[in-house]
Amino acid sequence: MIQLNTFLIISAIVFSTGIFTILYKKNVIGILMGVELILNSVNLNFISFAKYSDAQINGQMIAIFIMILAAAEAAIALAIILNIYRDRAMVDVTLIDEMKN
Amino acid sequence: MEINEMLFLAIALTTVLSALIVALSKKIIYSAFALLLTLIGFAGLFIYLSADFLSMAQIMIYVGGILILILFGVLMTQRIYDPSQITAHNSIWVSLAGGIAMAAITGAVVWLNPWGKTLAKDFEYSTSRIGSELLTKYLLPFEVISVLLLAVLIGAVYLGRSREVHK
Amino acid sequence: MITQALIIWLLPLLAFTIQIFVGKRLPRKGDWVSVSAIGISFMLSIMLMIQMFMAYDPEFAVTAAMPWIETGNFAIPLGIRLDNLAIIMLMVVTTVSFLVHVYSMGYMAGDQYYNRFFAYLSLFSFSMLGLVLWDNLFGIYMMWELVGICSYLLIGFYFTKDSAANAGKKAFITNRIGDFGFLIGLLIVFTTIGSFNFSAIHEGVSSGLLSGGLLTAAGVLLFAGAVGKSAQFPLHVWLPDAMEGPTPVSALIHAATMVAAGVYLMARLSFMLSFDAMLVVAYIGGFTAIFAATIAITQNDIKRVLAYSTVSQLGYMIMALGVGSYMAGFFHLVTHAMFKAGLFLGSGSVIHAMHHSMHKLHLHEDPNDLRLMGGFKSKMPVTYATFLIFTLALSGIPFFSGFLSKDAILGGTLAFAMSQHNPIHFLLPVFGFTAAMITAFYMFRLVIRTFYGKPVRPEIYEHIHESPKQMTVPLMVLAALSIFIVYTLPSFNPTGAAGGWFDHLIQHPHSAVSAQLGHDVLHIDHETEHLAHISGIIISILVAGLGILLAFFIYYWKKADHTRIAQSIRPLYLLSFNKYYFDEIYQATFVRGLLAWNDLLNWFDAKIIDGIVNLSATVTRVFSAVSGLFDLHIVDGLVNGLANVTSLFGNGLRKIQTGQVQNYILGALLGTVLIIIISLI
Repeated sequence: MIQLNTFLIISAIVFSTGIFTILYKKNVIGILMGVELILNSVNLNFISFAKYSDAQINGQMIAIFIMILAAAEAAIALAIILNIYRDRAMVDVTLIDEMKN
Repeated sequence: MEINEMLFLAIALTTVLSALIVALSKKIIYSAFALLLTLIGFAGLFIYLSADFLSMAQIMIYVGGILILILFGVLMTQRIYDPSQITAHNSIWVSLAGGIAMAAITGAVVWLNPWGKTLAKDFEYSTSRIGSELLTKYLLPFEVISVLLLAVLIGAVYLGRSREVHK
Repeated sequence: MITQALIIWLLPLLAFTIQIFVGKRLPRKGDWVSVSAIGISFMLSIMLMIQMFMAYDPEFAVTAAMPWIETGNFAIPLGIRLDNLAIIMLMVVTTVSFLVHVYSMGYMAGDQYYNRFFAYLSLFSFSMLGLVLWDNLFGIYMMWELVGICSYLLIGFYFTKDSAANAGKKAFITNRIGDFGFLIGLLIVFTTIGSFNFSAIHEGVSSGLLSGGLLTAAGVLLFAGAVGKSAQFPLHVWLPDAMEGPTPVSALIHAATMVAAGVYLMARLSFMLSFDAMLVVAYIGGFTAIFAATIAITQNDIKRVLAYSTVSQLGYMIMALGVGSYMAGFFHLVTHAMFKAGLFLGSGSVIHAMHHSMHKLHLHEDPNDLRLMGGFKSKMPVTYATFLIFTLALSGIPFFSGFLSKDAILGGTLAFAMSQHNPIHFLLPVFGFTAAMITAFYMFRLVIRTFYGKPVRPEIYEHIHESPKQMTVPLMVLAALSIFIVYTLPSFNPTGAAGGWFDHLIQHPHSAVSAQLGHDVLHIDHETEHLAHISGIIISILVAGLGILLAFFIYYWKKADHTRIAQSIRPLYLLSFNKYYFDEIYQATFVRGLLAWNDLLNWFDAKIIDGIVNLSATVTRVFSAVSGLFDLHIVDGLVNGLANVTSLFGNGLRKIQTGQVQNYILGALLGTVLIIIISLI
């Protein structure tokens, strides 16, 4: 049987990769991908705890809600990105700092 | 090693490796396709966790919805005035430091806790249970999230509408 | 049996779906889809009817249910209930609907929206059948709204005509008022008893879960729905206007079935009516019966006469349910459905002929106008003969179905009045008998002015032709169904339904209110009943004969000039001719009232609210001037000092705010790492 630890380690690796992606990419869409990686690894964590503990279904329920939220977040984020692109003809996050002052 | 576990190993490796490609690839379009592999890999892992419904939902929502959205985003923002920007990245050392720090924390948490002792169960179908839970115990969150989705729908349309050029 | 009922119910829905999506492209615009669907439903209903006769049991009932909504403790099961009431009603609906479908093939031929018309008819049949079949109030409420929608769509079928579109809206809005009451009644029932199911409600009322004033309130509120749908006073105004729709629709929806839905609902719910609620029901019904009849006398539009007659007859049925003559009310629903549908189809046949004749002559007059008709007897023999039968039935002449049911109602009312100690309740039979006389009078006025005498306009008369087979055959079938024998078998007694199958199968349900109170809500002994029945027969034959004689006297033999009579009682005539000015009253009170209320609110807003706001603004200004001085010298000094300190810090901190999102993430990460490290140490 596959151990719970295995899943947790996979999840941890992907989570860290997601953090790395967010920090590394300058492209806003790249950052969005990093966020998706993080959300997925969190989902994996919830579901594996759901499987390996007594409260079987609750973890899955939360994962469902996370998925829905991720979809909503992606839709809004891309709408914002397209707006930025339309105004500025670029998607570089380091150049977007109008709200600083 | 059983065939089952070999398959698991393959899926896990695909997931992790393609996640790394997402992070490291120079071109955003490669990242997008690597992300496709990662998401499918997660769907495969969910099956090992008795989450048959979630696995399907993962494929439909992430692969069928979010990834397509991201691909649209990538394709629609390709025409950038400065080509060098497409592949521009931040300092890899700072980012790597952040990633490794995170890995260290999560790794330590996994390592230091006795997770392995928890019980393991056989595969069970969860779709019907999810269905009944969704309409009983989780009815309120379910309704709230449907309102949220409506708001998102309206918001996305509002943001995405084409405005008159006022320049 | 349940499967059969489900097929009967769902076939029209299937037809509707096909019609609405591909109807236009099918050969003959797909009329055969709808007609065959309702045709099969009709046959299956006959089979159900046969099964009912095989059982021949007043308590006969088959039910089936499945859970529909279940969340936690809240559950709504859906089920259908096939008892004698439902099966007979099913038969009525499918019969009239089928005949109207066939008739429409002739009547609507060549119409621009031919397929849409049939689609709506199918949707209506589906909803009406559902209304009959459901065993719970919730399902009935859904179907109730659906038939309302269909009615709205079909009244406004000629939506390019303003009057039709407005009539549709009027019907819809008027019905909303009644339905609001229905909904509240529904909620009262659900909150007290916890179920929508009829048998559960029965138990709940019997055991006293719903009692006293609340029970009366629930009964009256549910009745409000019936008032709207069955066009009872004071919500009757929509039905005459609904005649803007095509004539087959008037026959199906606004004469035979949908308007009877209110009566059906009250029949279903009669077990939970308290005595006070029954009185309300009876008086509203009785008053509507006579009130609408007096309007019908003076109308010149052939369909409007029939519309007011429908309102009046529905009043009869409601009154019967109010006085506890359950069987009589439902019986009149059935017989009335047949002959009134026939009357409408017959008038449609006349209008059709008038329309074509006028079309040929390039005349642009109202084809519905009685004053342009006359002498059509020889030109349209089939229409005439059937129309006469329907009229005799409606007037309550022995040997026709209407006599049996109307007599049962009148007898029931009389028995009710006799068993009560309050002589004021004799008002109800007086209403009933007077309305019966007026009914006979205005119906024969209609027949005489349409079919007898010399043609008023010879040129129109020349071009009048009998209608095609699709239109005359349904008339003949309906005429056959208006003969008394259909309802009295196996007995051949023309004076009463007693001993017939209908009387045997439809029995008054055990009143839940009686069970709760421990004594009968309404006690009528057999002797009174018998006496009332006999005297009812005699009086009703007398008044009907009187009405007919009067009609012949004035309109056929012309012993008295009807215009002179109208002149001599001009105020009364005008009152009736203008429908007691109800439309005008509603316009002046509710519509104007609403507008005036708006104006008032507007004024209130402009003068009072704004005044208060302005006043407070002035007061505030004075205060602020005073406090401004205080501010300038004391507070400002303090604030400025604080601000200086803050900006000092702020300038320092601003360096951190780079505006780079990723820097913030890095910061957050750093924080997390720190926290973890601290917690590990």
